[in-house]
Amino acid sequence: MSVVVETMPPVPTRPWRNSKTTGMRNLAAIVLAVICGGAINQVTGLSGFLGLFLGAAFLFPVFVAVANAKRGANVVTDRIASAVIAVGFIAVTIPWLSIFITVFQKGSEAFHSSYLTDDMRITPSGDDLQYGGIAHAIIGTLLMVLVATVISVPFGIIAAVYIVEVKGRFAGLIRFLVQAMSGVPSIVAGLFVYSTVVILFGGFSAWAGAVALSILMLPTVARTSEEVLKLVSVDLRTSSAALGATQARTVFTVVIPTVASGLITAAVLGVARVVGETAPLILTSSYFVATSTNLNDPIASLPIYIFSNLGLGDQNATARAWGGALVLLGLVFFFFLLTRIFSSRIKRK
Amino acid sequence: MGLPFTVSCEHYGVQTTVPEKRSIDNNLTRVDKVFHNLVTLGAFFSMVVLAAIGGFLLYRGFEIFKDFGFSFITSSKWDIGNPEDTSTAILGIGAMLFGSVITAIIAVVISVPFAVATALLIEFYVPGWIKTILVSILDLVAALPSVVFGIWGYAVLLPLVEDWSVTIEHYLGWIPIFNVPSEIFGRSPLLAGLLLGLMIVPIITSVAREVYSQAPRELIDAASALGGTRWGALRAVVLPFGRSGLVGGTMLGLGRALGETVAVYLTLNLVFEINFKILASAGGNVASLIATKFGEATAYELKALMAAGLVLFLVTLLVNFGATMIVNKSRKIV
Repeated sequence: MSVVVETMPPVPTRPWRNSKTTGMRNLAAIVLAVICGGAINQVTGLSGFLGLFLGAAFLFPVFVAVANAKRGANVVTDRIASAVIAVGFIAVTIPWLSIFITVFQKGSEAFHSSYLTDDMRITPSGDDLQYGGIAHAIIGTLLMVLVATVISVPFGIIAAVYIVEVKGRFAGLIRFLVQAMSGVPSIVAGLFVYSTVVILFGGFSAWAGAVALSILMLPTVARTSEEVLKLVSVDLRTSSAALGATQARTVFTVVIPTVASGLITAAVLGVARVVGETAPLILTSSYFVATSTNLNDPIASLPIYIFSNLGLGDQNATARAWGGALVLLGLVFFFFLLTRIFSSRIKRK
Repeated sequence: MGLPFTVSCEHYGVQTTVPEKRSIDNNLTRVDKVFHNLVTLGAFFSMVVLAAIGGFLLYRGFEIFKDFGFSFITSSKWDIGNPEDTSTAILGIGAMLFGSVITAIIAVVISVPFAVATALLIEFYVPGWIKTILVSILDLVAALPSVVFGIWGYAVLLPLVEDWSVTIEHYLGWIPIFNVPSEIFGRSPLLAGLLLGLMIVPIITSVAREVYSQAPRELIDAASALGGTRWGALRAVVLPFGRSGLVGGTMLGLGRALGETVAVYLTLNLVFEINFKILASAGGNVASLIATKFGEATAYELKALMAAGLVLFLVTLLVNFGATMIVNKSRKIV
């Protein structure tokens, strides 16, 4: 007698994944929390979106706990923890989103057809918004950042080369100092440049601003370059050495070309870090209302444009400040995108 | 080294001489010597800058330390007196130092829980592609200029915090730090601290995330295999593992918050008194003092600002040294 046993291949299961019912329960908890949050919002005096979020934020973990109550204390704790973590994360992103949205909304009010190409040479800050522009501030900022880049990038890369390639006796010390330097408050850098460059060379100038920015840029460039140089495989270096190249030659013709895009990323990251620095520029480059490319004189910059317009308290000036903030945000965003593009290039290599 | 000897290769009928073994030395060529020295010289640039900052600020502000001594740090009066006669001036940054510390502490207290939550979410809760996006956003927010934070804090956060402050004072006014006898809210240490907290969340988060990601995978898996929940694994393995790294990251954030200028300038009323009532509209920090007074300062006052800058420099340097050491140590464990 033969028995035919039909065997079904076992269906693969994923017990660690949330089942559909759990998912539904969590969704229900979120919906319920938001509804109850809205109800609290209506009854008490809490106002607007924040009130809704606050109510929901406190109720969500409770509902999640109730929904999972029969699965035991451990699961309940786990779900409460997950809910609290999610709520904490959302709570952080709300202000960030608010910053982007507010700057975009209020900033676009100041825009008009020639906002990016005019300067404030003949326009008082309180004047109507269709006059004047921000070209002088953009040019000034870019000019100072360019000079700062020229100063700080070589030193940043040299520090990284010392740590990664030369591996000198003081590599640890240098890395430590660079990290410490990244913590120097920007106003202190400004004071330092004021007490040296500005006082010695007689007055505020774009040079002084650029020097102050380069001090703040150096640590970012050095640390990023260090990470980038570490990506070069040892094989490349030893191959080069085996061909009889000196270390200097290896560095200049093998290592640096290999990670050139990474080093550019480092430089751009440094630029993104300092393009919005305000405090040091108050003390070094001051402000100027007309477009200028003379590095020996005070020069306009976006942060100071925002800062000085904000200080006037006038409605139109404030609108101009927001316009400046939008342009500045756009610049930061642009540089940031650049770093992403360049760094994705290294990863592909 | 090796003795010269001959090997006879009778098969071929030739005699080969094995050359004397070369001595291999590690001496650098002349080019590399020059290269090493130049690079070493360039690498010490950061030390030169740090030393020059300290040196020049001390040089410019020395007179102030000589005139006021320790009371420059403890006294909270800022009065230049008769501008012609420097002996009538009474200058002290006690209140400003206190303001720096209290706003930075508020910032840290507020930001650390949120930073930990964000780091855990990014590292353990979301799938890879969302993680990439979130990390990018975090980096972007970390690069946001402080003047943008400042203008937003002034326009958006200020009215909100003013509202909350009134409510908090109404219900909790019997607690000394929440008491506001002047009934003037608004540009208070709470607002400045909150704003600074928002600014340092990305810093703390990225350090915390880096440390958490190095938590031993096998221990986390073991916790799961024993039937533990995700939170169980996080609490038993990840959080204890990342504790020292978190402390380091927090101190980095603290250093940033202590030295922030523009955001605090825009959101905190500069008043020369030690104000621990965090809802009241009075305070200031050392950096915003410098930015405020710089424009109209007399020569003597300018020296005092240099001295204040030196104090700020030393304090942040100390905090950063500590932070760097702790973060590096927690990296080395791995």
